[in-house]
Amino acid sequence: MALPAVETVECDILVVGGGMSGCGAAFESKYWGEDLKVVIVEKAVIERSGATGEGLSAINCYMGQRYGWNTPEDFVKYVVNDMMGLAREDLVYDVGRHVDSSVHLLEEWGLPVWKKDNGEYERIGRWQIPIHGESIKPVTAEPARKAVGPENIYERISITHLLTDANDSGRIAGAIGFGVRENKIWVFKAKAVIITSGGASNVFRPRSVNEGIGRTWYSVFATGSAYGLMIPIGTEMTQMEHRFVPTRFKDGYGPVGMWFQYFHAHVENALGEDYTVTRDSELRKYEPYGSAIPTPTPLRNHQMFLDIKEGKGPMYMRTDLAMQELSGGDPAKMDKVREEAWEDFLDMTIAQALTWASQNIAPEDTPSEVVLAEPYIMGSHSGEAGAWVSGPEDLAPPEYNWGYNKMTTIQGLFAAGDGVGAAPHKFSSGSFTEGRLAAKSAVRFVRDNPGAITVSDAQVRQLSETIWAPLETFEKHKGASTAEDINPNYITPKQALVRLQKIMDEYGGGTSTWYTVNQATLERGIVLIEMLREDLAHQGARSRHELLRSWEVVHRTWTGEAHLRHLLYRKETRWPGYYYRSDYPDLDDQNWRVFVNSRYDAASDKWSLSTKPYINLIK
Amino acid sequence: MPTFVEPNACNACAGEHLGPLCVYICPNDLMVLDPGMNKGANQEPEMCSECYACVKLCPTEAIHIRGYADFIPLGASVQPKRVEGGFTWTVTFRDGRELQFTYPSRSTPVGSSDPYKDFTEDRVNDLGGQGLAGESKWLGVDKLPPLQAGN
Ligand SMILES: Cc1cc2nc3c(=O)[nH]c(=O)nc-3n(C[C@H](O)[C@H](O)[C@H](O)COP(=O)(O)OP(=O)(O)OC[C@H]3O[C@@H](n4cnc5c(N)ncnc54)[C@H](O)[C@@H]3O)c2cc1C
Ligand code: SF4
Ligand code: SF4
Repeated sequence: MALPAVETVECDILVVGGGMSGCGAAFESKYWGEDLKVVIVEKAVIERSGATGEGLSAINCYMGQRYGWNTPEDFVKYVVNDMMGLAREDLVYDVGRHVDSSVHLLEEWGLPVWKKDNGEYERIGRWQIPIHGESIKPVTAEPARKAVGPENIYERISITHLLTDANDSGRIAGAIGFGVRENKIWVFKAKAVIITSGGASNVFRPRSVNEGIGRTWYSVFATGSAYGLMIPIGTEMTQMEHRFVPTRFKDGYGPVGMWFQYFHAHVENALGEDYTVTRDSELRKYEPYGSAIPTPTPLRNHQMFLDIKEGKGPMYMRTDLAMQELSGGDPAKMDKVREEAWEDFLDMTIAQALTWASQNIAPEDTPSEVVLAEPYIMGSHSGEAGAWVSGPEDLAPPEYNWGYNKMTTIQGLFAAGDGVGAAPHKFSSGSFTEGRLAAKSAVRFVRDNPGAITVSDAQVRQLSETIWAPLETFEKHKGASTAEDINPNYITPKQALVRLQKIMDEYGGGTSTWYTVNQATLERGIVLIEMLREDLAHQGARSRHELLRSWEVVHRTWTGEAHLRHLLYRKETRWPGYYYRSDYPDLDDQNWRVFVNSRYDAASDKWSLSTKPYINLIK
Repeated sequence: MPTFVEPNACNACAGEHLGPLCVYICPNDLMVLDPGMNKGANQEPEMCSECYACVKLCPTEAIHIRGYADFIPLGASVQPKRVEGGFTWTVTFRDGRELQFTYPSRSTPVGSSDPYKDFTEDRVNDLGGQGLAGESKWLGVDKLPPLQAGN
């Protein structure tokens, strides 16, 4: 397999990933940078790519400032409590103060929002509004495509590495990747780059097996690229130890938010007990967060976890009781509730609708099993892993401010959505908003730094060879065995993925180890993942499709390694229900109410970890 | 749950300028035209997240989903059909019961968005401020709220 042709695109601002935050970034940058060349590079097609491609049933981040529902300050307090005391208040506030404008724009572009008779938005919970969201992604992508111009959207290109300036490794210069549908290496040279390439599923072994391993909760298309691109060039990361373990309907991973908040259903164990009642006293161990209202998500998980561990499962969502209560015996009301119940899944997690149908579950008659899923690492939903970014100029204290809002520690490299750490609970609307904020800042950066960047030909040449290596390796060695999958010279991307998942599950606190780790398991996991990282250079790919998978598993492995290293560093159990350190079983606000940051140095192949202060801005 | 294609219904998207639409849209690069049959086919079913993007777009309704063999009992199906402004879903249970729902999905004609319509922010002078494009019109309150530090 000879090296393919290299195509070069020069632009001012490069947006890597055209998901929610990428579309927001593209839209916003072209307003302020009317004369600038803005490019989106996307591994799929932006109309259906990313975590919202399947649709959504709610916008989970909306203040409703115009109705007087919430202030951004309320939002910050809620988020900090839900995260057991650790979130960047400047970043959370920044999303909160702007997010309503994004939601109103999405509605204007065609997103149907549920309305009350008086025309106000309907509400699910305090921050959530229900939508007919099947088409949220095409509705979001359309103005982005128009804003930058269709000729500036490069689809079916997978970005594998970021490029730094030949004269300054602390300055971004672009990105490199390959065509998923044609033999070509693509080089994008850019003065500013915005990383919006999503969070990570499938780092831990999923509960799903074999044919089902694509049925993960967070989208299987989320391959940890935001982290796998930023970490290798030395970008400072934060809270990579954080993970989200979702409580979900079993096997289909259908979300439970609508059931808890809108239908007011509750979960019971096999004995008919409600863990939020029977395990109330457990919350007292985690004050002040245990008394927060609502109870933080990890603590809710923790209560359920204790039931499951004691063998009191299966756990059932009493959909039947909730629906009967809501309809009050009125068949017309029941029709409406039934329609809403199924829409929640048909708009967002269709697999769950099929799971119900396949098991003859009509939710008004039959309760439905829920379970704690495998861990996910991301920064936009209920997770807070990601890059350590500069905060908004008017709010961020000096410790959180080194120039441009949402800029990472690499000059000119910005992040948004799942790519930004310590700023959780953004969801779809907040990710779109954060993309916009990053973009406006990137335009300012480009205006202030108009000078040319330099990409060295040698670096491009070397990376092109690296990118193409799995195809070469396969061609070179395939004759060494009669079975393509079993060869002493390479592993396939699928084998690498399974190995990563096994390491993470067994040493990093996945489902099979009850989410529990200690210093020894983590150190052992790191030894094994370092070997995996070496072996990833010996992947064999039979096709461009497998080449795509080869690079996805590289990005997932960087994510997993950062996760293990951060877990090892934080010597406490801050998020019971997400993970437990058996050697430090308590929450330790005294010493550990701090952010954990890391930086990988390629020259020495060493990681350094440190802490950053949590600064309270809103009393 | 992995997609499967009914061979007699697939016409390889003859006449579609984007080519075979399932191949065009799949966010996970799964759908290919099987070279032997010249029909849509899923090349890596275990990486299919049953997002239904291809099912919704297939012009001949040739694509269906068969629940994951590993944990989904046989016999059920969930099938969307595009209707004006949304989809009608037919849910068939394993025991044969059938439900039908129609939900809207978009309130404006496809292609009608006008990105910066009536935006008034000054592209030069407002660049240094905190306001986003169009926010004076779309935020829903008069101006960005000031931080209430003592709240
Ligand atoms: C099942 C589920 C349910 C959810 N429910 C809700 C809800 O009800 N309400 C709500 O508000 N939010 C919900 N969310 C959260 C919301 O979808 C995410 O918060 C949001 O999409 C994150 O935006 P993002 O831009 O960071 O990532 P994404 O939207 O995932 O975008 C990432 C993009 O990067 C592309 N990409 C990745 N790697 C590369 C690469 N190497 N090269 C090029 N391109 C690449 C991807 O294809 C994708 O387009 C849900 C998410 C899931 C998965
Ligand atoms: S979209 Fe439908 S008709 Fe077109 S190639 Fe795919 S399966 Fe065949
Ligand atoms: S359902 Fe989604 S993931 Fe599966 S083949 Fe179709 S488009 Fe791809």
